[in-house]
Amino acid sequence: MIEVRNISKSFGDKQVLKDVSVRFDPGKTNLIIGQSGSGKTVLMKCVVGLFDIDSGEVDFDGRIYSSMKISEKRKIRQELGMLFQGGALFDSLSVQQNVMFPLNMFTKMSAKEKLDRVNFCLERVKLAEANNLMPSELSGGMIKRVAIARAISLNPKYLFCDEPNSGLDPKTADTIDDLISEITREFNITTIINTHDMNSVLNIGDSIAFIYEGNLWWDGTKEDVMSASNKELNDFIFSTELTKRIK
Amino acid sequence: MFRHFGSYLVLMFQVFRRPDKARAFWKQLLVEFQSLGVDSLGIVAIISVFMGAVVALQTAFNIDSPLIPAYTVGFTTRQSIILEFSPTVISLILAGKVGSRIASEIGTMRVTEQIDALQIMGVNSANYLIFPKAVAAMLFNPILIIISMFLGIFGGWLACVLTGIISSEDFIEGIRAWFDPFSITYALIKTVVFAFLIVTVSSYHGYRISGGALEVGRASTKAVVYSSILIIIFNLILTQMLLT
Repeated sequence: MIEVRNISKSFGDKQVLKDVSVRFDPGKTNLIIGQSGSGKTVLMKCVVGLFDIDSGEVDFDGRIYSSMKISEKRKIRQELGMLFQGGALFDSLSVQQNVMFPLNMFTKMSAKEKLDRVNFCLERVKLAEANNLMPSELSGGMIKRVAIARAISLNPKYLFCDEPNSGLDPKTADTIDDLISEITREFNITTIINTHDMNSVLNIGDSIAFIYEGNLWWDGTKEDVMSASNKELNDFIFSTELTKRIK
Repeated sequence: MFRHFGSYLVLMFQVFRRPDKARAFWKQLLVEFQSLGVDSLGIVAIISVFMGAVVALQTAFNIDSPLIPAYTVGFTTRQSIILEFSPTVISLILAGKVGSRIASEIGTMRVTEQIDALQIMGVNSANYLIFPKAVAAMLFNPILIIISMFLGIFGGWLACVLTGIISSEDFIEGIRAWFDPFSITYALIKTVVFAFLIVTVSSYHGYRISGGALEVGRASTKAVVYSSILIIIFNLILTQMLLT
């Protein structure tokens, strides 16, 4: 479980996060939603430690991550996988080398054990034959799936996904959503997804936090979304004719 | 300027640490030997031969007094190549070739979130990316410079022999005259310092960027400009310290 307590973050004079508190449970897909510029990416980067917070604390299963030294944070980061918006695969490494990278850095596994683990992860994301391809040879969906394989290679306790569906067609986006959801349940991972894709909200939103102008404006489940009376949430989620009709 | 210097020192503090995984460091070091060192051999060789030839021809052209012995051409060529051309001019050329490459490589990794990915995995990204480059350049650039010295002097000899300005014997006598081995030490000390500056300044500019492709281009330009300026400044400082 990850608990964020009263965190605030400013860049210069602009306060991006204002006293946000939210809890992310294990085995669930926890979604952070909000308009572009609402502060959801900043919230995620504060939680993983890419940005230092101005006040408040981030708690990883009782360990106060936000006040740890960088050397202590690095140890926790080995329990953490992240899927970046663009995949962030290492250009100079093949698919196999990308997925093997965390294993090379942090385990004492033999070459065969590492290869078995890589193959398992690639099979899990349905890319069993892609070992020798380079990132430049992959489609957008394949890049995301390799990034997921890399993120789960060390059996993470926490999985962060920043806009996993951006730039993907609806069918591929669904595949990625289902994959993340399955992996979350299968390995009982605390998964946090940053998205503004409404299909994701309605398909896999076990727990949803709506960020509006840097504040936690609403939280609930995908079922609660359908009956919520919060104006800003409804304006955001049911902004198109199609979604209004669904509601 | 002080803010940049402070940020540079903070980055260097992260870079010069024990690598997270020794095996990964050695592997990366070999890659950097290839990309920063071996891949520069061609340009270093071509420039050295031609510049050596030009130095010899210009010296010969400017010596028209019968009182100055012919071997002066060889002596001057050797001194120019060893003391200044190979360590400083070749380092300036490497600042352009290697510096821009480092800044754009690290800058692209920054804007495509590959550095964030390393950080999230718990890897000290500055150490992983920059330390092998710095070690490779500081070990390999002296080799490049020694090769440049030989080729520069060879270029001078070739130009003299092919044009017939002075004889091969006179040129060789010149390059053997009053040789002080400390000039090689001086050149290599400068080379190591310049290699450190090229890699760390270029890496700093690549590592610190935010934005997109435009910023990568800017970082690459800044890397070349600042490392070249620092090479010129440190050239003066080191010459003052070591030769006077």
